[in-house]
Amino acid sequence: MLPPVRYHTVIKNMSESEGEGLIVLGCPEAPAQVSLAIHLAHGLRKEGKTPVITGNPSARALVAMADPEGRYVGEMIDLDRCIEAMAAKERDFAVSFVLIHVESGVSFAGTISAISGGSVVAVVFGKDAKDLSSLIDFPCKKAVVGTVHKAGLLKAAIAEVTGWDA
Amino acid sequence: MGCVEALNYEVLLRNCSFREYRDYIRKNCRESHDVMPGYKIFDLALIGVPPIPIGVDGDYVIFPYTKPCHGTFVLKVEGKEEISRLRSGK
Repeated sequence: MLPPVRYHTVIKNMSESEGEGLIVLGCPEAPAQVSLAIHLAHGLRKEGKTPVITGNPSARALVAMADPEGRYVGEMIDLDRCIEAMAAKERDFAVSFVLIHVESGVSFAGTISAISGGSVVAVVFGKDAKDLSSLIDFPCKKAVVGTVHKAGLLKAAIAEVTGWDA
Repeated sequence: MGCVEALNYEVLLRNCSFREYRDYIRKNCRESHDVMPGYKIFDLALIGVPPIPIGVDGDYVIFPYTKPCHGTFVLKVEGKEEISRLRSGK
């Protein structure tokens, strides 16, 4: 039986979010996404930020399965509620990582870029990474890697934009 | 938070890219209004790369609806109040 996914209220004082980093999950069909999410959560914690994960229920459940005691992930919130709260300026994040391996991920990154006052990093991975990256014409940093299964390359691409150890 | 399934919608396009729906709405709707991501229509926060066009066709609004796994759909929904709000720029 899967552990329960942790839900918390989305509404927070803006000042409480200054030490938080958001990780936006895409379609859960890419197995590397869970590794990327845990890796990013670990990196955020090392920076002193609380990692917050958003995504659809399946994507969140896969991360919760990999981190059942919440050692890496601090909070999980519903994707629609997260977007609504950010658009309404009820919540924001110091940095948001958007995981992209299909075209809809670009739309989510464009949305976060438009509604967040924090920095945005598009983590574009998989066989279509270059084509997807070329669609990004809005302000954000990009970590682009054309693989889904080589951990070293995935970590190196993230390290290049974050300064974290690869 | 709204639910798209509560709307009486017609799907005009499915599995399209943001560039495809931009072109579709601008070419097929005499009237369109550009909004930013997060704009709420029928209590749904729109997802997309700005600018996001919303079309008007009579009493119907035409807008993109994006989900992580299913890409973007272009939906047509009756909505006089939403049209008034679009025209007023609110």
